[in-house]
Amino acid sequence: MNWLPIMILIPFIFAIFVPLIYKLLTPRIHTGWFVLFVPLTLFIYLLRYIPAIAKGKTIHNTVPWIPSAGINYTTYLDGLGLIFGLLITGVGALVILYSIYYMSKHREALHNFYVYLLLFMGAMLGLVFSDNILVLYVFWELTSISSFLLIAYWSQRKKSRQGALKSMLITIFGGLAMLAGFIMLSMMTNTYSIREMITQVDIMTANSLFLPAMILILIGAFTKSAQFPFSTWLPDAMEAPTPISAYLHSATMVKAGIYLVARFTPVFGGSSEWFWIVSGVGMITLLYGSVNAVKQTDLKALLAYSTISQLGLIMSLLGLGSAAMYFGHGDESTMYAVAVLAAIFHLINHSTFKGSLFMVVGIIDHETGTRDIRKLGGLMHLMPISFTLTIIGSFSMAGLPPFNGFLSKELFFTGVLQAAHLNVFNMETFGMLFPVIAWVASVFTFIYCMILVFKTFTGKYQPKRLEKEAHEAPIGMLIPPIILASLVIAIFFFPNVVSKYLLQPAVVAILPDFAQNGGAHVQISAWHGWNTELFMTIGVVALGVFMFIFLKKWIRIYGIFPQALTLDHLYNQGIEKIESISYRLTNRYMTGSIRDYLVYIFTFMILMLGGAIWLLNGISFDSSNDAPINMYEGGLVAGMVIAACTVLFSKSRMTSLIAVGALGYLVSMLFVIFRAPDLALTQLVVETVTTALFLLCFYHLPELSKNIGRMRFKATNLIVSIGVGMVVTIMALSANGTRLFEPISSYFEDSYELAGAKNIVNAILVDFRGFDTMLEISVLCIAGLGVYTLIKLRLTGRDKE
Amino acid sequence: METLMSILVGLLFSIGTYLILSKTLLRIVLGASIISHGVNLLILTMGGLKKGGLPLLGGNNLSYTDALPQALILTAIVINFAVTALFLVLCYRTYQVVGTDDSEQLRGNEDE
Repeated sequence: MNWLPIMILIPFIFAIFVPLIYKLLTPRIHTGWFVLFVPLTLFIYLLRYIPAIAKGKTIHNTVPWIPSAGINYTTYLDGLGLIFGLLITGVGALVILYSIYYMSKHREALHNFYVYLLLFMGAMLGLVFSDNILVLYVFWELTSISSFLLIAYWSQRKKSRQGALKSMLITIFGGLAMLAGFIMLSMMTNTYSIREMITQVDIMTANSLFLPAMILILIGAFTKSAQFPFSTWLPDAMEAPTPISAYLHSATMVKAGIYLVARFTPVFGGSSEWFWIVSGVGMITLLYGSVNAVKQTDLKALLAYSTISQLGLIMSLLGLGSAAMYFGHGDESTMYAVAVLAAIFHLINHSTFKGSLFMVVGIIDHETGTRDIRKLGGLMHLMPISFTLTIIGSFSMAGLPPFNGFLSKELFFTGVLQAAHLNVFNMETFGMLFPVIAWVASVFTFIYCMILVFKTFTGKYQPKRLEKEAHEAPIGMLIPPIILASLVIAIFFFPNVVSKYLLQPAVVAILPDFAQNGGAHVQISAWHGWNTELFMTIGVVALGVFMFIFLKKWIRIYGIFPQALTLDHLYNQGIEKIESISYRLTNRYMTGSIRDYLVYIFTFMILMLGGAIWLLNGISFDSSNDAPINMYEGGLVAGMVIAACTVLFSKSRMTSLIAVGALGYLVSMLFVIFRAPDLALTQLVVETVTTALFLLCFYHLPELSKNIGRMRFKATNLIVSIGVGMVVTIMALSANGTRLFEPISSYFEDSYELAGAKNIVNAILVDFRGFDTMLEISVLCIAGLGVYTLIKLRLTGRDKE
Repeated sequence: METLMSILVGLLFSIGTYLILSKTLLRIVLGASIISHGVNLLILTMGGLKKGGLPLLGGNNLSYTDALPQALILTAIVINFAVTALFLVLCYRTYQVVGTDDSEQLRGNEDE
């Protein structure tokens, strides 16, 4: 029995009990201690799979959900999913441990916090283990929602709410685009399973939906992973509590997009569009993030931009590595597969050092009361452990030995250098850009890493500008970053253990062709000779140190860049413009005047009916069956025209009333001529009562002047009303000219035999179609009640005055 | 006759529509009432005119006018009467409460 599908649901199930635990045990025991147990169990459970996965096994399990639609809750565990699963549960456990010390159990609403966090953890696990794309989408949106809730955790702050809204709008936009892409994929392949899609790649590449599906899925991945230009939500998401920033916005959720790109590389990889979009956007993001990180004064904002930049690095490596798909098997393929290996390696490394850096920044914030670089300084002797941890994290991020960042950065340089030699996808022309951008971005990365360390911990201690007396954090808060930092060092010294057990199975998952070729046996070594990559690193350090020393001289350059061109500004403007334009548009046509709405309705009717008759060639006149016209009828029709026109042109109410009454009587005369005695009778009575009602109405409204004046002429009204009349006439004539079948009235003519009635009309009313009559009686009753209520009921009391 | 009736119906619709598009509430009700006359006549015309005798058995007619449209119109007349009566009382009350019968002045406030 495979427990994986149930294990994924454990965080959700446990989330139900969190409020209960909170209610029972607060403030005696911090709720986090109970929550900690969940990721720890899952982590240990997933660890057990490492040997099996390293041998190339995969594990899948299906639980039916909506089997009739082919939507099943299928979990699939391979090298790629396992890495993410371990990161989610491992970093999750450390973050929860950290949050136990970070979040006060007296002041904070911890039950909300841990419910959201567990919801997120479960969603993330479901996301990385799902094989069914629609289930994947469900978990994807759950991560967006739980992230939204977590960013706005301190919902009393305006900035938290704004940041949450922004991240919600952007990631949900991407999620919906991705859903469209998924649906296209399933249309092309007739399956929802990713594994089955991979077997049908040949069919897909020929399909016209291939490119749109690719772009839509990439939009989803780019929004989630904060790639350019969708990166703008990540710095604003830093309003979340620091454990959340460490967990969601550095180690897990932002890597969901990376996961998606990696997962779909076997499907889309090998095409030049995929190569260029993924690696190009990744490169731009890398440069954009690192350049912007340097000017930040808030430590968390700096880390946010650095996360953007590092995610760009991983993304571009995945793009470059997809070239391996193009070559299939062989040596060349192995060369590019290194890029994929580097991507996964850096993914792990980034999670370790960025997680620890966020936690350290949280400690600084917690112990000094500020995260502003300009207020901090000289903390080295006061917070020695935090200082050491920052050094480890930052130097690893900058790509210095002896930390794991060095290894992945070297592999990154290897990847871009090889890409420069690529001779497909137009790379001969633009290939050299890759190493150059990568190198420049690395210099900036080095600079902001140094800012992070030296501006915070060296220099002058400014106790007056700090809210609290700075001192070292409690040990419980330090344990999680210490564990991560020791991983940073451990991975540097034993990279091949990680490579063998985690990276290579992941590479096989991303490049399945490659598995047949024996897999990638790339030895990651700290010392790899005097090659170009090493010289590039030395260059980065040299130029970086130089630029860091003279930082004050050139940092003003950032001021030149116009504020109006930043992505934030564009986003805000975009939102404002959409709101104001739609407001104005709605105000323009929703005038509140009933006449305008009637004009819309009538115009639409004219266009639809007239257009339909016109387009379908429905106009046909046939007057051969017409009954003859005699003098009486002609006179009646003329009288009706005169009466109707009198209503139109009269100035007094009374005249129009009488004219409408006259019209009604003339109609009943017509009914007489057309042999409808019951109609004539009813019409006469109804017309009399209606006219009496009208007159009664005026009698009781003495204030109302008798004259209403001539109707003001309006050309639109005239055009619309003539249009309505013409459409009705044309429809009537065309319908009259076309007899499709004989009427069924001959049946009713047997009414005496069938119903015992000699009056056919009355037989129809009460016998053949009695239901109509019953409901018509109800209408009359309701109208009567309505009239009574309108006259009698006085609720507002306004008319008492 | 049918052609003439079709044109008459079209004319009634035109006049009714023009009245409905005016500002005064009374004219709107009158316009609706004229349109309903047009509709009734249209139904009758579409059933065919003067094709036979009165739809009453027991006479010595060989064929009868179509009785089904007549039944439909009878229902329509009554319903229309009910609706018109309700509309009228509504106008009456509106005038009592608000003090105007101009539909332009009956528009909601700006913030709606």
